[in-house]
Amino acid sequence: MLPTPDTSHVPYSRVYEPAEDSFLLLDTLSSASETSFLTSHFSPTTANPRPAAPLVLEVGPGSGIVLAFLTAHALTLFGSRTLLTLGIDANRFACAATASTAHKASTEHAATAALFLDAVQGDLATALRGAAADVLVFNPPYVPTEELPALLPPAAAGESGDGVASGWDEDSRLLALSYAGGRDGMETTDRLVAALPAVLSARGVAYILLCAQNKPEEVKERVRGFGAGWKAETVGSSGKQAGWERLQIVRVWRAGVTGI
Amino acid sequence: MKVLTLNFLTCAVKTCKASNDSFPLHPKDAELAKDGVEINPQLLVNVLPRIDWTALRTTSTELGFPALPEQPPTAEDLTSDEKMLQELHTLLLETQMLEGKLVCGHCGHEYAVREGIANFLLPSHLV
Ligand SMILES: [Zn+2]
Repeated sequence: MLPTPDTSHVPYSRVYEPAEDSFLLLDTLSSASETSFLTSHFSPTTANPRPAAPLVLEVGPGSGIVLAFLTAHALTLFGSRTLLTLGIDANRFACAATASTAHKASTEHAATAALFLDAVQGDLATALRGAAADVLVFNPPYVPTEELPALLPPAAAGESGDGVASGWDEDSRLLALSYAGGRDGMETTDRLVAALPAVLSARGVAYILLCAQNKPEEVKERVRGFGAGWKAETVGSSGKQAGWERLQIVRVWRAGVTGI
Repeated sequence: MKVLTLNFLTCAVKTCKASNDSFPLHPKDAELAKDGVEINPQLLVNVLPRIDWTALRTTSTELGFPALPEQPPTAEDLTSDEKMLQELHTLLLETQMLEGKLVCGHCGHEYAVREGIANFLLPSHLV
């Protein structure tokens, strides 16, 4: 078992506290099968002896526990330390928390760590240059809810979005952003899935966590419908209830593309 | 926020994606700081092929650094030239933009950078 990053500094009144879903991502990404997939997927080949450093993007890192884990243990998980990691979260406090968690974990595991770039505030991957993500990890707001919380605090919605809001309402809005998924718990995930062909590089691999109510089989079918070569498989699951996996991790990638 | 990060970010407005003017974003009133980061030559060599060099030249000049060569160095150039390696390391990984704005050359939207965190959330009229 690889050590779990320390998140004791994270303000859980406004940033999602690591839970079963976060730990399922850690377990899945460090499983023997995923480690071996990722290592061979990004390793040098005779045709391409020096592949460009992969960019690992986590969308909605929250406390930063998963991104810090991937950063700190890059050598073990990807077979290389020459990776860049980046987080994008709608919650500014989550950005600060992610940066602290990633810096702490990579200092502690300097011998195996990749390079953490930054955590920036944004909506999914809309601010990322096209086809830049080589690994994308998403633990979405997947709980079915009546409504989606606003991406911006009410006062800032008409302006640039950096207005400072505070108080209990603001804290609950920030926490709701981390779990409230709207219809089928899929309103936010649907947007990310639709953007995958534009966000992932040709060699890109995405890991998306889904719950049973998200209709994971339909999501996988949709990805396969992107075109020839697109793959979507369940590579991790937890919480079996009455024969249903409560949570699962779906890996999305294009077959036959490795290296560059 | 690191200069290398800027090389991966663009305007979040949908209608700007197709325009060449939306990348790179242009720093304005940038307050810079230098962070000590341990140099990793292998990482720099592997990062080089995925940098948009033309965009990096623009960013570097706009931040007040000396002009970068027109062509990116090769892996061989980098591994044999310690000074160039160190300069690139300082520019890409040690230089931090702490405060200021990032401006889209296409729609003119200004993204705020505060305490090193850039904010790409759009006001509702731009979503
Ligand atoms: Zn724009």
